[in-house]
Amino acid sequence: MSKPTKEQLIEFFTMMVKIRKTEEKLMEVFSNGEILGFLHVSIGQEAAPVGVCAHLNDSDYISTTHRGHGHAIAKGIDLKYAMAELFGKKEGFCMGRSGSMHLADLRKGVMGANGIVGGGIPIATGAAFAAQYKHTDQVAVATFGEGATGEGAFHEALNFAAIKKLPIVYLCENNGWAEFSPQHVHMPIKDVIKRAAAYDMPAVQVGNDVIEIYEAAGEAVARARAGEGPTLLEVRSDRWYGHYVGDAQNYRGKEVVAAAMGKDCIVDYEKYLAKAKVLKKADFAKIVEQVQAEIDEAVEFARACPFPEPSEMTDGLYA
Amino acid sequence: MKDIRYIFAVKEAMEEEMERDESVFLIGEDVGLAGGSFGASRGLYDKFGAKRIVDTPISELGFTSLAAGAASCGLRPIVEIMFMDFVTCCMDSIVNQIAKMRYMFGNQYVMPIVVRMPEGGGLNAGPQHSQCLEAWFAHVPGLKVVMGATPYDVKGLLKASIRDDNPVIFIENKTLHAMKGAVPEEDYVVPLGKADVKREGSDVTIVTASRLVHESLKAADALAEDGISVEVVDLMTIQPWDRETVFNSIAKTHRLVTAHEAVKQFGFGAEIAATVAEEILDELDAPIVRVGAPFAPASYSLEKAYVPDADDVKNAVMQTLERSF
Repeated sequence: MSKPTKEQLIEFFTMMVKIRKTEEKLMEVFSNGEILGFLHVSIGQEAAPVGVCAHLNDSDYISTTHRGHGHAIAKGIDLKYAMAELFGKKEGFCMGRSGSMHLADLRKGVMGANGIVGGGIPIATGAAFAAQYKHTDQVAVATFGEGATGEGAFHEALNFAAIKKLPIVYLCENNGWAEFSPQHVHMPIKDVIKRAAAYDMPAVQVGNDVIEIYEAAGEAVARARAGEGPTLLEVRSDRWYGHYVGDAQNYRGKEVVAAAMGKDCIVDYEKYLAKAKVLKKADFAKIVEQVQAEIDEAVEFARACPFPEPSEMTDGLYA
Repeated sequence: MKDIRYIFAVKEAMEEEMERDESVFLIGEDVGLAGGSFGASRGLYDKFGAKRIVDTPISELGFTSLAAGAASCGLRPIVEIMFMDFVTCCMDSIVNQIAKMRYMFGNQYVMPIVVRMPEGGGLNAGPQHSQCLEAWFAHVPGLKVVMGATPYDVKGLLKASIRDDNPVIFIENKTLHAMKGAVPEEDYVVPLGKADVKREGSDVTIVTASRLVHESLKAADALAEDGISVEVVDLMTIQPWDRETVFNSIAKTHRLVTAHEAVKQFGFGAEIAATVAEEILDELDAPIVRVGAPFAPASYSLEKAYVPDADDVKNAVMQTLERSF
């Protein structure tokens, strides 16, 4: 597997910061009531979407979860129209109908975030089926947490994909928490990759390190593209915040939260880039500044957009 | 025209649409090598191969959501659910995903997917193999719900459903599978959303679908001997249903009976009755009477008493004739 180029290494950093800063901004506008409903952030878990999506083209597919902003951003979704969607505005990708939990942009292969845990796994498997059916070289990625591996949808999808050798990567981001329950409560095993044995499927476990993820994902995506079938990729990470923004997290102690927040895949990567002399201190600050400007512009755009009219409620319900 | 069985009409519809459009495929349990549990895909595996006639593990949720993903990527899946009862295993797929994917993603998608399944009694198969759940799906915005009563209708409706860009819940009836009927040699469709007046009459309108169409026609024959003229309206599409045809019929007869095999409570007859009461109550000369199964699971030993038949329909017609406002 080829190593990432210098440009890619910088792009990984930029993208991880973009996800982090976007979600920090979302927490701010959520707390002041500008966006509604539920907000699930992936802060602390930015490495996985960036390392995986670096191997994907616009025509490749990804299905994401309720905690899916990172995947959509890493897959290249336009931040302005994504933000408009999160603000519930008519110009949003989904006409203000989806908000955070169902964000989608088919042109970028973002099939949609899913409010049903595990719901997107067989859907992405269907995208892989379509790619195989049409003899394209497209690949699909299904993202989910370890909690979703308790769902029948997970097993049904992996079983079928393994039988048919579908071009798909199952990306399990194991942050140790299924909503409010720690892993030992809902899984008899520590490693999700063990589940792949039931489907005779290759499985790889990596840490929350963007380079490590990039390399493992590279092999999995190449395998899929070559028609050799699916791979289960497990990334071990930590969820900094609760299940949703505003979650008091009474189900886990302060020390657990502090330990999670003590591990930062972006800070670690920044140190790596500095040590490898890929970027200087001033470069990091400049990237953060540029990303922040793009996010602020997206928020201003979203604020200025109109809401959909009640009269548009059923527009396009049927094709 | 040629005389073919209902289940063969289903097969012909799928076969012709698969010949016409490379993106159409069939997926489900035992549809390939076995030719389908009820024989709907007999011969299709040999003709189209494993790529387009896709046998699956026993995993209704998995393969139905998979079909949704494939539909969103440009294919036109036909999903076979072996018995309608088993559709309960993939309600997430149909209700949360398929029905909403177009709408909640801002019309970016079309969802050209047909989910076929046989409903109803007739095999003494008991509570988990005999249900009629069409009303569940008619209650979910984004789905169309279609039920064919004859070989001609089922073939034309299925072809129209496969060509439709919306998700269609396509409900067949097990007792009708062996029924023979005339079907044209040439290509045709029966449009969705249009009802068919199966028998014209002037005294009472029966709004019905699927197997109860035939029971209603039998009841109408018997009532005709007593000089009672019954109009039988076969909805064919339950959602969206053809208000114009139903309203026109009631404007003529001024009496309404609804009839379906599903339990009476909250069945599609309730929606028809409520809409008629809401919008054209002044057209009615008597209370509406509904026919449906008792509010109990289908009983293995009591199936004959459980499923509504021509006598039940006939009694309902008599009831509405005996009363007036």
